[in-house]
Amino acid sequence: MNIDAFWIIFTGSLVAICCSLLGCFLILRRMAMVGDAISHAVLPGIVLAFLFSGSREVWTMLIGAAALGVACTFLIEFFHKKAGVQADASIGVTFTWLFALGIILISVYAGKVDLDQDCVLYGEIAYVPLDLWFTESGRNLGPRTVWIIGGVLLILVLFISFFYKQLYLTSFDSAFAAAIGISTTLWYYLLMSAVSLTTVAAFESVGAILVVALMVGPPATAYLLTDDLKKMLLLSSGLGIIASAAGFYLALWLNGSVAGAISAVIGVQFTLAFVFSPSHGIIARNRKGLAAPRMAEATVEPVL
Amino acid sequence: MIQHVKDPVLEVHDLTVSYQRKPVLWDVDLTLPSQALVGIIGPNGAGKSTLIKAIMGLLPLNSGFVELFGKSLEEVRKRVSYVPQRESVDWDFPASALDVAMMGTYGQLGLFRRPGAREKKLAMEALEKVGMQDFAQRQISQLSGGQQQRVFLARALAQDADLYLMDEPFAGVDIATETAIIQLLRQMREAGKTVVVVHHDLQSAQDYFDWVILLNMRLIASGPTDETLTPALLEKTYGGRLTELSRVSELLHKKNFPIRETKPTRK
Repeated sequence: MNIDAFWIIFTGSLVAICCSLLGCFLILRRMAMVGDAISHAVLPGIVLAFLFSGSREVWTMLIGAAALGVACTFLIEFFHKKAGVQADASIGVTFTWLFALGIILISVYAGKVDLDQDCVLYGEIAYVPLDLWFTESGRNLGPRTVWIIGGVLLILVLFISFFYKQLYLTSFDSAFAAAIGISTTLWYYLLMSAVSLTTVAAFESVGAILVVALMVGPPATAYLLTDDLKKMLLLSSGLGIIASAAGFYLALWLNGSVAGAISAVIGVQFTLAFVFSPSHGIIARNRKGLAAPRMAEATVEPVL
Repeated sequence: MIQHVKDPVLEVHDLTVSYQRKPVLWDVDLTLPSQALVGIIGPNGAGKSTLIKAIMGLLPLNSGFVELFGKSLEEVRKRVSYVPQRESVDWDFPASALDVAMMGTYGQLGLFRRPGAREKKLAMEALEKVGMQDFAQRQISQLSGGQQQRVFLARALAQDADLYLMDEPFAGVDIATETAIIQLLRQMREAGKTVVVVHHDLQSAQDYFDWVILLNMRLIASGPTDETLTPALLEKTYGGRLTELSRVSELLHKKNFPIRETKPTRK
């Protein structure tokens, strides 16, 4: 394995862990598509950050994008709660018009903006090893992306391990959480800020499609394999790492897109779990004579 | 017939609550004695759950206030426990019965502390009290409706509160569970706790509770069971519908064939 292959797989794995950890909480709150929404809604933030600062410095972009990401989750919640629109409809409405706003901004300022949708939405993981970070003395520290995503992962691991009980309880039973004095609103916004930060940091380097695939696929697969949230977090991270490595070699073999191949492996993993999972797979269920899959009779409202 | 008590465990003062400008509770004013089993009774849509949620601060109040142990909720949160309706959560959530019971200890842990051996022990003791110790590791979707309800009660017991507010703990549970729960509630009362229960079934209300709140958007009555569960007050609570109901139940009573409101249990 050469060094470029290592960096691509390593970056993919870091992104996979970040996305999977958050994705577990998102799918349990029935907000899986929030990652998708954020990755689109940040576009006007990036354009505005560029117009105001005039630079394409990565940190300005990240701040602009993260601000819009959080604003997007705020609007989703606002429309859902205040207007009584369904959570999924609220997600759909919010991110499409924010994305449109970004496109209009780009087209209006086209002459001045050295930006296009491609570089925002379809970052390419294969280019990760090209953007290296050097110290002043010229020492090679490896790809810049690895440092950014690594930092985000560290923040996420600290966040989830310190505040696991709050995230767990507010996802399961928001009324009880509120009754014992744990603010559901606070933890919702902290979780959404984390999603926003991760999405923004990740899609710049690996592309939005891969971010969405990693945020939903491995957690959904892990959900079919375990009944314990801690195991689900570990399992989905593991599945994400496997998908990154397998996807890379698949892309190499096919001479195709790395992000596409990783996403395809995620789809295969899900299908395998769906069929063969010892607890929730269709084979096991048929053998036990359990026709009804879980969720079938769930009539619960999406939890805040 | 609204009877007030001195040094109440719970005081609801001039409470009005509405959903989107439509009032659900109107000017409710009541006090509850300590060490009592209290039933909140009324027809569907009478605002029974709303009353409990308003007491727990889960809904904005239009007017009035609530005091628990003579203090605001914020000051005594650890002494108050809330059991939501069983249907209000997703039972396919990846959690075991023990995990859910352990959530009752979260309030004592503060911001950073994680549940450890002590919390696990408290949760196991709570599960034992509801007869669910053998199911501690069972995933919650694999429990029957009655067992899920017991797990919810265990979570409340793990909180070790002094006042318990329970939203329909008898809904959709089997007779064995209902008996077990009412025995537990009586033990809790003997231990000096006050338990407030939203209840549907008039038949059993008579033996279960020593204090009854009759509610139909407005407060109809609040007082000792013998003085509140009278035909006149029930008539007032249920409107015309009760006449039919009482005739039927009287008939059944004579035949010594008690009816019970049951909801279909989960498959």
